[in-house]
Formats: sequence, structure tokens, C-alpha cells
Amino acid sequence: MGLLDKKYHDSNIIIVNLESALNWARKSSLWYEQFGLACCAIEMMATAASRYDFDRFGIIPRSSPRQADVMIVAGTVTMKMASRIHKLYEQMSEPRYVISMGSCSNCGGPYWEHGYHVLKGVDKVIPVDVYVPGCPPRPEALLEGFLKLQEKIMNETLVEKKDPAIEKE
Amino acid sequence: MSKTTQELFDYLNAAFPEAELLHESAALGDSWVSIPADAWKEIAKFLRDDQQMRFDTMMCLSGIHYPDQNLLAIACHLNASEKGYKLAIKVKVPEDNPVIDSVESVWKTADWHEREAYDMFGIEFKGHPDMRRILCPDDWEGYPLRKDYVPQDSYQGITTKYTEVEESHD
Repeated sequence: MGLLDKKYHDSNIIIVNLESALNWARKSSLWYEQFGLACCAIEMMATAASRYDFDRFGIIPRSSPRQADVMIVAGTVTMKMASRIHKLYEQMSEPRYVISMGSCSNCGGPYWEHGYHVLKGVDKVIPVDVYVPGCPPRPEALLEGFLKLQEKIMNETLVEKKDPAIEKE
Repeated sequence: MSKTTQELFDYLNAAFPEAELLHESAALGDSWVSIPADAWKEIAKFLRDDQQMRFDTMMCLSGIHYPDQNLLAIACHLNASEKGYKLAIKVKVPEDNPVIDSVESVWKTADWHEREAYDMFGIEFKGHPDMRRILCPDDWEGYPLRKDYVPQDSYQGITTKYTEVEESHD
């Protein structure tokens, strides 16, 4: 035991299990798909700007769905947009995550009853990992959503795809 | 200087005595000139080109539904930037045959405004170069701003209604 530790310690090698190394890498470079749908996008931009600074968590915008890890559905999803959202989600490579930002995207928001044109929750079209409530959510709330997602990613295992630990809470 | 709708109406009525123009008003707001659908395009050209009028700008064109009279209509607001005139116009058509001549060739503004009126009220504009829906998807059913509109239950297999989420305790 001691021999093995000492040997690797001296030669600057860190031993971790593969799982947590993968998860750590994944959660530390969450590149999100760069698009906004409504007023929530303004808050998303504020979160990315220097005051709140997404970048310190390794979260940076990516202009192609094929290179993105996470999709922030920031705003009202209209019926016309729903099929496009689905198409964008399908173009993302796995592992892929979805953050539903704001009331509209969570459940239809103020349009829940009389908005004939609004999709009542983006989870009717694509699976959602984290819901961020608010109308629109403040940048802190979106950051909290990302921290929740990181927590979720850290609980992933190689055998089981996604751990429902956060959902149980 | 600036002319009232009554003065503009009198001038227009003298130019088109056979067109059955009406000067109407409601309890509140500006009065308007009601024009029959078959004379609308001709009068629109006159309003733009006549030296006494020169309505060079269409500010807005919107649709209206009168369910109790079974009528659809457009309301059109014109502005003469040189003379400072403003004029509101309504053109009414029956619900079962809602066809109005397009004035896209008279004022370019009318292009998207007429598409919106078509999208929301189902008014068809004869002679419009691109008569498609502008806001709703092309395969949308019904005209949303009609008073008797009933939203469709699903669109492309996705339900449009709000459904309560059942809480799961696992």
C-alpha cells in the first residue's frame, strides 16, 4: 500500500477512478448551445457577461449543436419552434443535457391557458435535466441551475447512464 | 392646414360619387371612412397619387372580426407626410367570402400587414405576391384572432393543452 502511494506520489501522478475523472472533465467544460428564445435570453447573456461570468465554471457558448454539451432553453417555446428545438437536440452529441430556463419553458408560463401558440413545457418535446424557475430567472438562479447540473453529472456512473439522485431530493 | 376626416371624406366622395362611401364613427376615437371592397384598390391609388391628398405612408393595416354581423374587415391607417393628413379606413367583407384586393402594389408596407391579417383572420388578399401565413406555421389550422376560434388539440403530434404534472414519490 505505502509503496504504491509513494511511488506514484514522487512522480507527480494522481490516481483517481475513471468515473470521477470523466465526470469531473464533463462538469468542468459545459459548453452550451448559443441561442435564446425570448426575454430569458437577456438574463442568460447577463450571466455570460463579466459581472456573473459563466466562464469561471468552464461554461462557454458554442454556436454549433454538434459541439455543445448542454442546451439552455431560454424563453417561450412556440409550437412553431418546438420542432426546431427537437431537431437541434437531436443534432447534439451525447452526453447531452438540457436546462429549461424560466416559467415559459418549464410549463408554458403566463401563456399556460390562453396561449394557443405556446408549447406548455419544453419537456413535452425533449427530456429536461434541470428546471430553473423564474420569470425570467436572475443570473444567480441560472448559475444555481448549472451547479445542480454539475452535481448531477458528478453522480453519473459508467454502468448506469444518469443518476436520479437530484430528482429524488 | 390639417383636414378633418369629414373634409377628407367630402373630397373623396366628390371624386367617387358612385362608390357608396360612408363616414362612420364610434362613441370614442377618430371617425373613419368605410369603403366597399370592390372600390378599395382604385381609391387607394387615388389617395396616394392625388395632388390634394398624397397619402404616401400606410402606417398600419390590421384585421377585425365582427361575429354578430358575420363580417371581417381591415382597418387601415394612412398618413400624408407632406400635408400632415391622417385618415382611417375600413373595408368590410362577408365572413363566407373574405376577399379584398391587395394594396401591396400601392404601399409596400401592406405586404407583411396583409399576410398578418390573412394569418390571424383568414382574409384573402387578391393580387398579393406572397399570400402565406407569416406568424403561425404553414400547416396551422384555423385563424387565431377570430372571435369563434377554437385552438387545435395537438400540433404535429404534440399536445397544445396544459396538463397537470402528477407528482411522483419514488
